[in-house]
Amino acid sequence: MTVITYAQAALLALQQEMERDPTVWALGEDLGPEGGVAGQYLGLQRQFGKHRIVDTPISESTIMGAAIGAAICGTRPVVELRYADFGICAADEIVNQAAKIRYMLGGQVRVPAVIRQPIGMRDGMAAQHSQSTEAWWIHIPGLVVVAPATPADNHALLKTAIRCDDPVIYMEHKELWAATGEVNAAAEPMPFGTAGILHEGSDITIVTWSSMVPVCLAAAGKLAARGCGAEVIDLRTLWPWDREAVCASVAKTGRLLVVHQAVRVAGFGAEIVAEVTERMFGSLRTAPRRLAAPRTPIPYSEPLETRCRIADDRIVATALEMIG
Amino acid sequence: MTGTQAPRIERVHGMFLTMLLIRAFDEAAGDARRAGKLRGSVHEYIGEEAIATGVCANLLPTDYISSYHRGHGHCIAKGADPAAMMKELHGRAGGVCGGKGGSMHVADFSLGILGANGVVADGVTMAVGAAQAVKLRGENRVVVAFFGDGALNRGPMLEALNWARVFDLPVVFVCEDNAYSDRTRTASVTGGPGILARAAAFGIPAETIDGNDLLAVDAAAGRFIDAARTGRGPQFLHAKTYRWRGHLALDKGLYRDPAEVAARIAEDPLARVAAWLISQGVAAATLEADRLEATARVNAAVAAAEAAPWPDVKTLFDDVQDAGAPA
Repeated sequence: MTVITYAQAALLALQQEMERDPTVWALGEDLGPEGGVAGQYLGLQRQFGKHRIVDTPISESTIMGAAIGAAICGTRPVVELRYADFGICAADEIVNQAAKIRYMLGGQVRVPAVIRQPIGMRDGMAAQHSQSTEAWWIHIPGLVVVAPATPADNHALLKTAIRCDDPVIYMEHKELWAATGEVNAAAEPMPFGTAGILHEGSDITIVTWSSMVPVCLAAAGKLAARGCGAEVIDLRTLWPWDREAVCASVAKTGRLLVVHQAVRVAGFGAEIVAEVTERMFGSLRTAPRRLAAPRTPIPYSEPLETRCRIADDRIVATALEMIG
Repeated sequence: MTGTQAPRIERVHGMFLTMLLIRAFDEAAGDARRAGKLRGSVHEYIGEEAIATGVCANLLPTDYISSYHRGHGHCIAKGADPAAMMKELHGRAGGVCGGKGGSMHVADFSLGILGANGVVADGVTMAVGAAQAVKLRGENRVVVAFFGDGALNRGPMLEALNWARVFDLPVVFVCEDNAYSDRTRTASVTGGPGILARAAAFGIPAETIDGNDLLAVDAAAGRFIDAARTGRGPQFLHAKTYRWRGHLALDKGLYRDPAEVAARIAEDPLARVAAWLISQGVAAATLEADRLEATARVNAAVAAAEAAPWPDVKTLFDDVQDAGAPA
């Protein structure tokens, strides 16, 4: 075990997978000398060469389209789209091609591509560099959607994503790049759909992911100090998501609160609440609730941006209301 | 016929058979759509057969092609089984994609056919990626990207041209210029000096040819594919042709001047090859027998497709994805 950052954990996973499998390669803007926007590719071009760590033009459609073409011809591309906001520039290739090729061609071929799209607010990046678009991709049949919250998960899940034979939307969070944690370099890939119960409690289930995980854990600590037990579940992967872990927890607590940084309206929290309500309406002691961003573009000015964020105190207050 | 000319005549005759098969296939497919026996979009390649045929005649079985919505001809020219394709168009079990793709998604990866495609220019970005995989793996393959003139006005197309040049990829771009972008004359919505200039702007060797002249296509494709195969990077072939029918089977194409249509149909690429073969001593009766044989083969494919079972509805859930597959 070593303590490294979330960005370094991803770097380690990619390096290990590239050493293990010569068909793994990465493409995107600025991956070489600077090693990507967060150093998550640092040194890899020196180690593996420019043909396996490929610096591309600012051409998102072709970054994605070329990755698909290469994926169906025997390689495993790791696509770096820099920010989820720019993933939208490649939405056609992701939705109309990558997600459907296996299906519409009758299973003749697979698209083993990892599509990295860092999400979320960070340091006043404003409306076009701060979005959390995970629900967009979860809606598309054929895609796996991953959103790791810790260095260890980023390491283990990126390995899984690279070895996956289907396209994986891999959403790191920009505000987590510098987060540190223990990582076992020899860790095995983590199966998709395995949630982590990061704080146990029997009064309320808080389901979350990505950068909201540390915030929910802080809230759980405050709730514990007030004698309330919050069970914090980090979904880790959003499609597939660990319904069993969530339902088992709600069966125990009877209360469900979903917290995410993405917009509340039609966010993935709505799906989780609907699914849990359909499955276990009779076990609920109070109406499930969601805490998420308002349906506004993300503003630049700090107090405005802050209003879009979910703070631990809001989670505490909401949980206390629900517990009654 | 002379001894030295015989192999050439044999080659052209072989390509003529491919063109006949494409023509018969798309006549039958269009008829079936108009008769309501097929669903969805069927884009006929009638009148453009010389391009797919002449290009694919210069490819190895291991080479890749990517295609677009008007893709039946490319698949047949690359060796796809017309019977399995016809089943696919009919949405039946035994179709090349199990009936899930239909006309716009015909593909056969065992033959290097990366697929027809329902989004204009998307097959082109995938083609440059396929070429990148070829280079990464150190393989001896060329990739041909077929697309129409309408694709030159999509951003991804222009990105892909730049990309192929920047990474020096073994890809041959083949623009099938049938003068129409769906129902709009391409010239009326295209700025600048034209298609060739766009390729040239990216530093890609480019040439305009008569796409209705099989011998010209064969010769140019041979040179361009050889150039790509021998490390000279991307190449661009601009083949001028004409779409005899509407954009798709249910489009009568009435927005076009009938005189224009008649004049261009008179340039029938099939008739031109037939005339050349006859000039080289091949009997007209032989060519007529060839035509009847192609028609019979396609008719048999249609009959087999109509008689084929529907896919098991349970296959709806197959091949979506492994993790998170629909229950």
